Amino acid sequence: MNRDDGRPTAALFFAGLGALLLLVGSYWGLFVAPAETYMGDVQRIMYVHVPTAWNAMLAFTFAFGCALAFLVHGGWKWDSRMEAAMEVGVVLAVLLCVQGAIWAKPTWGVWWDWDPRLTTTAVMVFAFSGILALRHFVDDPVRRATWSAVAAIVAFVDVPIVYFSVRWWNSLHQLQSTPETVSSAFHWPLRINAFGILFLMIAAITLRSRIAALRLRTELAPPPPAPTPRAVTAAAEAGR
Amino acid sequence: MSPEILSPPPTPPGPASGTPAVEAEGVCRRYGRRWALVNVDLSLPRGSSLVVAGRNGSGKSTLFRVLSTLVRPDRGTTRILGLDPRADLHSVRRRVALLSHHSNHHEALSALENLEVAARFLGRPPHRAALVPKLAEVGLAERADDPVTTFSAGMRKRLTLARTLLQEAEVVLLDEPYGQLDPPGFRLVDDVVAALRSRGATVLMATHQLERGAALCERGLVLEAGRVAWTGPARDLVRGSGLDSAGLAEGGA
Amino acid sequence: MRELSAALRKEALLQWRTRAQLAAVFVFGASALLLFSFAIGPDSAALRQHSAGFLWLGLLLASTLTLAESFHSEMEQRALEAQLLLPVRPAALFYGKAISNWAQLSLLGFALVPVMVVLYDAGTDRLGALLGVILLGTAGLSAPGTLYAAMTSQARARQTLLPLLLFPLVVPVLLAATRASSLLITGDPMDQARSWIALLACFDAIYWSLCGLLFGRVVED
Repeated sequence: MNRDDGRPTAALFFAGLGALLLLVGSYWGLFVAPAETYMGDVQRIMYVHVPTAWNAMLAFTFAFGCALAFLVHGGWKWDSRMEAAMEVGVVLAVLLCVQGAIWAKPTWGVWWDWDPRLTTTAVMVFAFSGILALRHFVDDPVRRATWSAVAAIVAFVDVPIVYFSVRWWNSLHQLQSTPETVSSAFHWPLRINAFGILFLMIAAITLRSRIAALRLRTELAPPPPAPTPRAVTAAAEAGR
Repeated sequence: MSPEILSPPPTPPGPASGTPAVEAEGVCRRYGRRWALVNVDLSLPRGSSLVVAGRNGSGKSTLFRVLSTLVRPDRGTTRILGLDPRADLHSVRRRVALLSHHSNHHEALSALENLEVAARFLGRPPHRAALVPKLAEVGLAERADDPVTTFSAGMRKRLTLARTLLQEAEVVLLDEPYGQLDPPGFRLVDDVVAALRSRGATVLMATHQLERGAALCERGLVLEAGRVAWTGPARDLVRGSGLDSAGLAEGGA
Repeated sequence: MRELSAALRKEALLQWRTRAQLAAVFVFGASALLLFSFAIGPDSAALRQHSAGFLWLGLLLASTLTLAESFHSEMEQRALEAQLLLPVRPAALFYGKAISNWAQLSLLGFALVPVMVVLYDAGTDRLGALLGVILLGTAGLSAPGTLYAAMTSQARARQTLLPLLLFPLVVPVLLAATRASSLLITGDPMDQARSWIALLACFDAIYWSLCGLLFGRVVED
């Protein structure tokens, strides 16, 4: 998408567009859309909460894809993108937990209600933060990339398992609030915000992977200069 | 103990032409910011022997680690007996043995037990009766049941030598085989190299003991800062490789 | 496979040589169980109700010690490298080590059951099933734990990294094992333990294959 040098025009474009969409969608959701029958105004947080959830999941899925690409294909760009996607994913997931707590307190009276999706998100925060920590403690770039890719795959495969086990474990259920279960007045701000956050996320991942790639460049030596006239092989020396 | 070998052993029987035993083409390997090997080319026929010299940090160990497939080159290719490790790593490893300067032992186990573990992995007889003679060959028979933690550095080296020989590989890479050994140990290594050569193995040896290495091997190669600085017959190694021979000869002490 | 059985024999030999460590880890686990009871207070009913949770928490904490140490012998003098070059397939080394860790953790679990029974008055008449849950649960800890131990034993800050990586991953194991054990101890009228055991078995199947596949990438350069 961008070259690593020069202005990241595409990323800035996405960031601008995303911010605009997010503003529009949030305004719509906060002030224009009707309040929900049972939960009242608190429910408005859903307009940010649900899009954040989709995008956090998307970020981690993208990180998983990059990890696979790196292990199967090789290529440093996959490592940079994976690092960026994991960081952005963790940020979004933390936001998700905070939003969930803000929603839970007036609704259920407690800060945390062990909702399966939110609990899985919390586990993902810990899992992927752990992988980011692993990256900090490994100095060799090749090892760092390989190990964190392996760890990312292991962690991502766990996500559905965590989700199902928490769901069975918890008796308090929360119905999925996909647009189908919500009246059409609520669709549009949700979708606008979803795209808004998506574009912001793309911009963030792009910019962050640039930083990672630049750092890699300082860590890895540049390719060696062109070969000197080929050293005479030992076999050719047999004649001497 | 046979007398110290001062002249190269006779060329062993076997095909002198055909697939080279060890090939390297354009091999480069970096560690972080530093290129440890740059554009190394090598071709060794079967049954021959190569002594690799160079200062500390010139890349000898890295070269051996790449050739033994322990480490992948960042650029370039290697082949052992015509086999490409990227295609069939397992077959290549079966034919190569590396004596590294790490001792690679389980410290909590005894010398015999370490050999036993290796023998089982290799599919060789793991019984005491089969392995104690191997220990005797390297002078460790009396310490067979002592844990390796009680061993001196030289004894560990002898055990590593025994384990390397156990593999009966066709290509043997010896990285600083004389390191930490006493004078009888030096003679042991000389005998081992001679024995390997007489059974037709291809031997590569990295060493600072230039005179000994040049006496035992046919060809020589000098690495400097990761590049091949000189190749030629081993007998010319000490004299005139066109480099700072004073600096190199220092290492021969 | 010859390589696997050779790896298992090596592990058995190493375990036997360092058997004092097993006793030390048991003492650690038992004292953890004791500390949990101090944290809750001498309320027998509450202790009994949560006994399964304490058992599995204790096992989880003790596993970090066991797993972190498991690669010590391989890394001390780089024995792992030599084994790879013999050649030994990395998967054989992984399964040998993972099975050895599993055996250690299971033994630890079995040994902690009487401690739990005494401290928390948490007996069960379905002891066989409880031991089975311990087997399945420790298997779930052992496979990813061995994979991560291979990584962290070569990295800095190894003591903190291993639990940091492992704990979030094994949440399903903790949940399922605790629920199943708890049902076996306090009573299971609707036979729910079965589905938790199935979940454990599923997790084990997935992770024992996945980690075996990925191990090669972790130890090769």
